[in-house]
Amino acid sequence: MDTNKSLFTKDMVQEALRQSFIKLDPRVMFRNPVMFTVEIGTLVMLIVTVMTLTGDQSQGSFGYNFTIFLVLLLTVLFANFAEAIAEARGKAQAESLRRTREETAATLQDGRMVSSSYLQKGDVFICKAGDVIPADGEIIEGLATIDESAITGESAPVIRESGGDKSSVTGGTKVLSDRIKVRVTAQPGESFLDKMIALVEGASRQKTPNEIALTILLAGFTLVFIIVCVTLKPFGDYAHTPITIAAFISLFVCLIPTTIGGLLSAIGIAGMDRALRANVITKSGKAVETAGDIDVLLLDKTGTITIGNRKATAFHPAPGVANEVLVRAAVLASMADGTPEGKSIIELAGVNPDSYDVASPRFIPFTAETRSSGIDADGIRIRKGATDAIRQLVEKAGNAFPQQTKETVRVIASNGGTPLVVSENDKAIGVIELQDIVKPGIRERFERLRKMGIKTVMVTGDNPLTAKYIAEKAGVDDFIAEAKPEDKMNYIKKEQAGGRLVAMMGDGTNDAPALAQADVGVAMNSGTQAAKEAGNMVDLDNDPTKLIEVVEIGKQLLMTRGTLTTFSIANDMAKYFAIIPALFIAAIPALQGLNIMGLHSPESAILSAVIFNAIIIPLLIPLALKGVAYKPIGASALLRRNLFIYGLGGILVPFAGIKLIDMLVSLFS
Amino acid sequence: MNTEILGVIFMYLAVVVLAIPLGRYIGKVFNYESTWLDKLFNPLDRLFYKFGGIDPSVGMNWKEHLVALLTINAFWFIYSMFILTNMGWLPLNPDGNPSMGWDLAFNTAVSFVTNTNLQHYSGETGLSYLGQLTLMLWQFVSAGTGIAICAVVFIAMKERTMEKLGNFYGYFVRSCTRILLPIAFIGAVVLVFNGTPMTFEGKDTVTTLEGAEQQVSRGPVAAFVSIKQLGTNGGGFYGPNSTNPMENPNYLTNILETVYIVLIPMAMVFALGHVLRRRKLAWMVFGVMTFGFLCLLLPTIYYEMNGNPAITDMGVQQQLGSMEGKEVRFGPAASAYWAINTTATSNGSVNAMHDSMTPLAGMFTLLGMMVNCFYGGVGVGFINFYVFIILAVFIGGLMVGRTPEFLGKKVEAREVKIAMIIALLHPFLILGGTALATYLYNGDPESYAGWLANPGYHGFSEMLYEFTSSSANNGSGFEGLGDNTPFWNVACGVVMLFARYLPIVGPVAIAGSLAAKKYIPESAGTLKADTSTFGMMVFAVIAIVAALAFFPSLTLGPIAEYFSLY
Repeated sequence: MDTNKSLFTKDMVQEALRQSFIKLDPRVMFRNPVMFTVEIGTLVMLIVTVMTLTGDQSQGSFGYNFTIFLVLLLTVLFANFAEAIAEARGKAQAESLRRTREETAATLQDGRMVSSSYLQKGDVFICKAGDVIPADGEIIEGLATIDESAITGESAPVIRESGGDKSSVTGGTKVLSDRIKVRVTAQPGESFLDKMIALVEGASRQKTPNEIALTILLAGFTLVFIIVCVTLKPFGDYAHTPITIAAFISLFVCLIPTTIGGLLSAIGIAGMDRALRANVITKSGKAVETAGDIDVLLLDKTGTITIGNRKATAFHPAPGVANEVLVRAAVLASMADGTPEGKSIIELAGVNPDSYDVASPRFIPFTAETRSSGIDADGIRIRKGATDAIRQLVEKAGNAFPQQTKETVRVIASNGGTPLVVSENDKAIGVIELQDIVKPGIRERFERLRKMGIKTVMVTGDNPLTAKYIAEKAGVDDFIAEAKPEDKMNYIKKEQAGGRLVAMMGDGTNDAPALAQADVGVAMNSGTQAAKEAGNMVDLDNDPTKLIEVVEIGKQLLMTRGTLTTFSIANDMAKYFAIIPALFIAAIPALQGLNIMGLHSPESAILSAVIFNAIIIPLLIPLALKGVAYKPIGASALLRRNLFIYGLGGILVPFAGIKLIDMLVSLFS
Repeated sequence: MNTEILGVIFMYLAVVVLAIPLGRYIGKVFNYESTWLDKLFNPLDRLFYKFGGIDPSVGMNWKEHLVALLTINAFWFIYSMFILTNMGWLPLNPDGNPSMGWDLAFNTAVSFVTNTNLQHYSGETGLSYLGQLTLMLWQFVSAGTGIAICAVVFIAMKERTMEKLGNFYGYFVRSCTRILLPIAFIGAVVLVFNGTPMTFEGKDTVTTLEGAEQQVSRGPVAAFVSIKQLGTNGGGFYGPNSTNPMENPNYLTNILETVYIVLIPMAMVFALGHVLRRRKLAWMVFGVMTFGFLCLLLPTIYYEMNGNPAITDMGVQQQLGSMEGKEVRFGPAASAYWAINTTATSNGSVNAMHDSMTPLAGMFTLLGMMVNCFYGGVGVGFINFYVFIILAVFIGGLMVGRTPEFLGKKVEAREVKIAMIIALLHPFLILGGTALATYLYNGDPESYAGWLANPGYHGFSEMLYEFTSSSANNGSGFEGLGDNTPFWNVACGVVMLFARYLPIVGPVAIAGSLAAKKYIPESAGTLKADTSTFGMMVFAVIAIVAALAFFPSLTLGPIAEYFSLY
């Protein structure tokens, strides 16, 4: 998938510019109370400007009023542009995903060919090697290798089959081998991706609870300054200082938090967009926000903490059994075992299984009841499986389970390995040691999460001893061993009852209840439809470590809102010092003492303040889109840092900025 | 070092030293822990409970608390209105003072009900002793109301999920009997021994040094003055308040009265630490309040001790500093110190005329009331501070990348909405009221000429001060304002009512709503409220909300005056 490294391209800007004007519609603006009041102010200035044309000079010259009008209009347009460019970026990102699913032909199960856009939810189509899958769906019959690189960028093909947890296929991906029957799971235009695009475009974008709270705060500040400006009229009259409408509106627009007001929705869209860039489809803006609050992270061991599957690392023969005998039995038992563990046993043995000559072999597949697999042939019965399963088998036949084998099993388990006991003719002949390989760099990631205040929990089917060993090795805070699906659910409920927010990732249908229960549930795209419906995000890469990125995206989103709010309000200090002396200096010359910036004239002071107020919005668009960088240095240190940069910076920057603009403006006057 | 400044330092240290143990004691009173005063007060409290039919063990939710509060206040309000409008013929009126007209009675009753004690009358001629006693009752009731409702907010901040926050009547009775009564009693005794009158006999006639006969008003002054200082009430027995030697005879009583102004407001902060078992949080709040207090205090003392440049220009020496409107027995430093104490805490008693202060000192007294939470009124000071904490938590929480939470409770749209309305209310009432007054004055300066003793910026400050004082429930006057007119009586009365009850209702609603939420344990990512960093954040929010909203009006009043003078 192609990701744009630059912030925006030329056609995005063009589209955003067009949208900036369309968004001037008051019905749209109304959603943003801060900018809506600016728009009203702009309108008033337009009327005043027209009035000055009729020769009425009481409100100042035409040029001055017209300039103020233009700057205010620009302020509104800049804010609209910020939102529009964020939308354009999000849309472009989503489009590049959607581009993979152009119209293709679909073969229905009755053999009819239709265009993919005619596929309805519930329709069943058939795909064979070489076909592009026409729509999102769930495999109901068959197994296939599929190239998902169009979506994930990952070139290695994956296997998808019916019935299991990896039964979902995505439109636009390509079948490489075999033939599958797929049931369509979404109406045209209603796939997760379509929903996400709608979310970004604003049609179905709803304000998140935190956005609402912040909007209330900003509306409150706006109201305060309405009071300040309205009451200033009689105060000014009392001091025999006529204040022009332009000055009133400029003061008002400068004081209200236009910077954050103008960038607020852009920040929210950019959050979803960043998630999408990480190949995560979010079902709502709220999910991204919640991710920033996560306290507990449930991670599956396999694939997240350890590399895929376990590998056989050693053979431990029982006393009195030759190594070759154990190796031979192990290899025979694994011949038909297609699992990675089985393959790794043969790999470790280093012999070709066909070189062993056994007559009329019958392979015994693994079942949940026997918890063992193996081979039956003439005169031999070989099984390999979990310790207690084989032990039962052995003891049932009246044989003793060797003490030393028990000891070996214990040692392997306490070292984080998984012991597989092998029996031949109901006698235990040795143990195969399987080991988990912890992913490189994972320890550092958990360390980072710990600093963020997030507790990591490893979920594994292993026994508690093995689980404990790996948990320590990987540096997770807690683990659930011998986990059944309901254990996850119970753990989540327990943590939630303690007031914590829990995130988890899952793919199977039996994960679905837990995914729904978790505050942030990320379903893998390869997972079942049930899992994808239950979660509030879908990860296209099927990458279990993605949760960590999602948490950081959520934190960035909240931080960007907080810091820009602080910056916006801190700006008011300098704006006051620019405008207040300018308002009264004519009537009260002594107030020159307040003009600490030494601005050129009352008009230039007011103009500089509004110009600064306008251009700060586009200047901060890149920050709003990229988000404030999150550093896991602890909440207090982070607050100190952000207060210093955006609070103190917010006080100082406009002093310099306004002075600079005033020097430029005074050149023209 | 100058003895005047030493006196100020002594007064400040004395109050801190007393406030820490008192705070612990108040915390115990709120927690129903046993204290050595139980033997004395348990029977007394039981008497009240029996008499009022109260069971203090019945828990109330936040709404029930507010209903209880408003009921108590409404009952005594009606009672006071009756006394004030009929005291002319009622007993205990040896001086034959007349009843009040409706507008003055409304203003006075509201003013005492709301702990404001704005006085548009003079006690010597405007009230009978029954009237004075009624108002003295209010000085207990309104202070007890503030302390009790603050106890509710404290309890609500505990680390658990709960609906019921104790019993309001219980807190109220205990606040009055166990906190206000004993301390006020000690103060009154000290005042009596220093010459403050305490009698029900009428005016005394004395022969002055000149040989002329003079009538001197008396009454139950000592008791009145003690509680007016202690409960951040501020309404004096006499018109000139604590500048009058009957109320405040000497420097010793001045120390006592100054310490009493800020004693309970400061102790409430330490009570918070005790109730929640969070000492660090209490010190954070104390630190922010103290820093803000010093920001107001230091320049005020500086300007007052340096005199008025206009007088220097006339060739008059001012070694003593700016002495206009001040008592020689207190001097400028102690007067400036009192002025900041009384305005920062919503007390409103005075020992010097604020109208006569130098412009910036006047501005700092105004700012003290505009902020209204640097210690603040008894109980309500912390409640005001609480609103700023909520706003700081919201913005600060976002800045560290979490949806905001305070002491383990999520702060969401509902809390922000209430906090913002309350934060808005103060500027709205002050600026709106002043705008209305200036509008009327601008329209017809001739007929409203009686309002303003001084034209220009100072006249503007007088009007601004009156509304600020009303809205802060402070009650001090800039004076120089002809304020006993229907406009000022009614306008200030309305402002006082809104400014008293809404800022109680709002924070209690926030606290109640947070208390009912799920408790979230702290993690490394949680913004901790008891750090100096968060203290800075709260201070910034207070400074910005107060300074930003009032800057233009202060510019046209004291700041313009300052730049014209200096």
